[in-house]
Amino acid sequence: MATDLQQDVDLLRNVPLFRNLDAAKLKLLAFTSERLTYSAGDNLFLQGDSGDSAYVIVEGEADIIIDTPGGPITVATVKQNDWVGEIAILCDVPRTATITAKSKLTTLRISKDVFFQLIMQFPQMSVEVMRELAFRLERTNRQLQEAVGKLKEAGAA
Amino acid sequence: MDKNIYKFIFKHTKGQQIYILLVTICSMPFYYASLDIPKLIINSALKVDDPAIQGDEFPRPLTILGIEIMDVSQLTLLGSLCVIFLFLVLVNGGFKMYINIYKGRMGERMLRRLRYLLYSRILRFPLSHFRKVSQGELIPMITAEVEPLGGFIGDAFAVPALQGGLLMTAIFYIFSQDPLMGIASILLYPIQGYIIPKLQKKVNLLGKARVREVRKLSEKIGESVSGIQEIHANDTAQYELADFSQRLGTIFNIRFQIYNKKFFIKFLNNLLAQLTPFFFFSIGGYLVIQGEISLGSLVAVLAAYKDLSPPWKELLTYYQIQADSRIKYDQVISQFEPQGLMDEGKQYSDADEFESFEGEVAAANLSLQDEDQVTIVNGVNFKFPVSDHVAVVGSSGSGKEELMLMLARLIEPTGGKLNTGGSDLAEMPEAVTGRRISFVGQNSYIFSSSLKDNLLYGLKHRPNGLEDDSGSADHAAEESVPEEKKRKKKEKFGKVDLAGASDGTESPSSRRHFLAEAARAGNSVHDIFVDWVDYNSAGVGSTNSVVAAALKSIEIADMAEDVYQYGMRGSLNPAASGEAAGRILKARTALMARLQEPAYADLVEPFDRATYNMNATLAENLIFGNPVGDAFDIEKLAENSYVLEVLKKADLIEDLLSCGHQLTATMIELFADLPPDHELFQRFSFISADELPEYQVLVTHTDKEKLDELGDEDRTRLMSLPFKLIPARHRLGLIDEAMQVKILEARRIFHEDLPEDLQNSVEMFDHEKYNSSATLQDNILFGKVAYGQAQAAEKIGELVAEVVDVQDLRATVMEVGLDYQAGIAGSRLSATQRQKLAIARAVMKRPEVIVLSEATVILEAAAQARILDNVLQEFSAQGVVWSLHRASDAERFAHVLVMKNGRVVENGSFNDVNQDGSAFRELMENE
Repeated sequence: MATDLQQDVDLLRNVPLFRNLDAAKLKLLAFTSERLTYSAGDNLFLQGDSGDSAYVIVEGEADIIIDTPGGPITVATVKQNDWVGEIAILCDVPRTATITAKSKLTTLRISKDVFFQLIMQFPQMSVEVMRELAFRLERTNRQLQEAVGKLKEAGAA
Repeated sequence: MDKNIYKFIFKHTKGQQIYILLVTICSMPFYYASLDIPKLIINSALKVDDPAIQGDEFPRPLTILGIEIMDVSQLTLLGSLCVIFLFLVLVNGGFKMYINIYKGRMGERMLRRLRYLLYSRILRFPLSHFRKVSQGELIPMITAEVEPLGGFIGDAFAVPALQGGLLMTAIFYIFSQDPLMGIASILLYPIQGYIIPKLQKKVNLLGKARVREVRKLSEKIGESVSGIQEIHANDTAQYELADFSQRLGTIFNIRFQIYNKKFFIKFLNNLLAQLTPFFFFSIGGYLVIQGEISLGSLVAVLAAYKDLSPPWKELLTYYQIQADSRIKYDQVISQFEPQGLMDEGKQYSDADEFESFEGEVAAANLSLQDEDQVTIVNGVNFKFPVSDHVAVVGSSGSGKEELMLMLARLIEPTGGKLNTGGSDLAEMPEAVTGRRISFVGQNSYIFSSSLKDNLLYGLKHRPNGLEDDSGSADHAAEESVPEEKKRKKKEKFGKVDLAGASDGTESPSSRRHFLAEAARAGNSVHDIFVDWVDYNSAGVGSTNSVVAAALKSIEIADMAEDVYQYGMRGSLNPAASGEAAGRILKARTALMARLQEPAYADLVEPFDRATYNMNATLAENLIFGNPVGDAFDIEKLAENSYVLEVLKKADLIEDLLSCGHQLTATMIELFADLPPDHELFQRFSFISADELPEYQVLVTHTDKEKLDELGDEDRTRLMSLPFKLIPARHRLGLIDEAMQVKILEARRIFHEDLPEDLQNSVEMFDHEKYNSSATLQDNILFGKVAYGQAQAAEKIGELVAEVVDVQDLRATVMEVGLDYQAGIAGSRLSATQRQKLAIARAVMKRPEVIVLSEATVILEAAAQARILDNVLQEFSAQGVVWSLHRASDAERFAHVLVMKNGRVVENGSFNDVNQDGSAFRELMENE
């Protein structure tokens, strides 16, 4: 019989971040994580909260929202197999964005110590984390470029 | 206190000392007779041809102490003498035991008196003295250092009198035989009497030094314990060890010196004792040869001398012990006579005749200097009505802290006067200042008892019922206290196994004996177990309204939410009214209804007799109740024979074994290669790191199909694991539906077959009954908060709070919260909670003036503002003197004192002092 935990393990295996982990570690990750269900509109966490865990989206979609002087802006939407909330636990800063469930949402909450434990033990995982962060940085840079370009255009016009 | 231990002993035990002396004297004839009988047995009963005895034929008269009793045969004579001997042995033993017990009791009583005196003096030390003496010094003085004095006190007079008497008798006997011999026998005493005290004096000095050094040693240990964090944080363990070693070395040298001197004294004593026979043989021998005395006399004198040396030795030993005791006593006493010790009357007298504070608080040239003559408060003058609200502001070191302490009469001014309501504050007994003034400092102390006891602490001045006739006082009070309360109080004292000794709580009569004994030792005769709470002063009539007053104080101190949370985690007093339990059941029903709303769907899985609760452990599902006591402790469930029997009937043994086996395999898979001290082990593993290897062996060597063949120990091991499984949390899928059905069956069997003697070991979940062994929270919830629902605990907490309010249960919950134990020095509370509790305690007392010295400084700003408002409102008709750390808060006070460098530089209303260029404005701007 496929257990719930086994489902979680299968799920985690499909997350790029964890694809290099062996089965036992994935199981440990699943076992020590908490599977949480949210209704649409619920917040996973709020910008400015202190954070002690990262989340892997198991099912559903969530918005990443940043408070700006001009009001909240949705900067991205995450879906199945994406992960969020790693910045606060990697650099010990308050949450940099608010995550709100867009639909019925299921996540796996991975606590800080497990996350670090795995990164320490598996260099491949650190590489994955770096790759993902670099990718996001690149995306942010691109967005910044576009934004600055638009501003200049607006200024020129 | 008496400067000299003999004065102290004589003052309190005069009669007893004389009595003991008389008893000792009475015992002497029996003692001598018992020494005489053996001689008589040998000389008259066994020896047939003694010419001293008239006629050497039996029957002959039996002579005891010179009295002829009757003619008896030899065997009868022997028999009767032996019987007499046995009788004397018993009498002597009896005397000895009686005297020792009597002396022991006297000594213990005096020890008790001494300890009590010392402790009572600590309570009267001026506060400044505690900067000079540490706990580490005071504690061993009262506990260990005075302990040997008890033994000495019993002997203080009896030993020198008795042994001196024996000595004199023997000397007298020798003199009567021959004066010259007498002189020879005591010739060396003057020499001993001269040299030994000289040597002993040196030993005494060393003894004093030793006591001092040991005291410093305990101070050092105390300091290390308090500063342990700093030691670790600074890697100074080696430094501390070297320091400690130095001290131990000093003590070693002192002790070694003492041994040197002590054994030299002993050597000298022995030498001199041996020298005397030398004189006997030389002088006595010469006299015999000269024919001046007979050989018989010399032999008799020698025999007498043999009797001379034991009492002499005893006297010398006594001399050393008394020297030692005197030092100990002197050294301890000198530490308990600090300058400025509070007058006894001030602490003991009552406040009955004292008028309430009315009028003004007036300081005239009020000054304070510390021990180094540094001026802290410098000739301060001010005046304000007692019931005024006064803010005191100033930078730290401005003298405001000390001013507050003086206002609460915790320190006394060194100059000038401070009048309250027309009388000098310094002259008032503590019964006035301690009841009409409340004081809260920055770091308040919380006692190791419940929150409620801490709140009531400010009301426990004298035991209730003292107004009655003294004879019936204890009795009346005894009855006025509810049994429950008494039991609790006794628990506080009686936690230690007394091994059969009494603590006077067994019965009213043992209580009376206990207190009578306290009186004999000059101790307090107030009964600690009666009700001490001064309900009048709290403004309440009875025990019930005192709770309401306590809750109000908690509210004022902004601590209500914390107490509510503690209450939710606590449980109702089983003896409390069923009415509260009834309302909790109503709250349960109401909550159940609310949980049907879609917003709360699936957040709680209620207990249901007929279904398996996926959010509860297997153990909870099986027992379906709360274990009471150890019988059904979850850790030992697999060893419980009744549980095993039930499992067998439900055919669950195999399931559990295989479940345990799989669980073990999973745990090994997950945790085997984690370091043993990893946090995840503790938080998540079913098997501790230490046990994991054993389990590993167990699982790898066992065929999954042959679990039945395992030994008992291994079976227990495997079976004990699944009891903690929570399907929804662990998601291991080990408890399938078939097994759930079996467990439900086991639940039914468990309840139906539960034997009589286990009925009280478990309290079943019953949705129509209050469960007295569960927390209030669990009682209202009657189910498990579901795993996997985001923010379930918070949402449920809010919902429960709503239901509690609707059912008007908040006060009940908070009353339970008041029973929360604060821990040692309040360690189970946070620093802010401790401070809030202290404020609540000060409010609870309903003083005429409440003095707060930066009492809220560690709290967050919002809480500070709330407490400030609450207190000012509550004390609208009474005095508030508040030393503020933020000058801007002074706006809410009628009167502001601004302190700077020990002086009051500005004084008036907020608008008066808040002027351009004023010291007050400067303080405001520096914030």
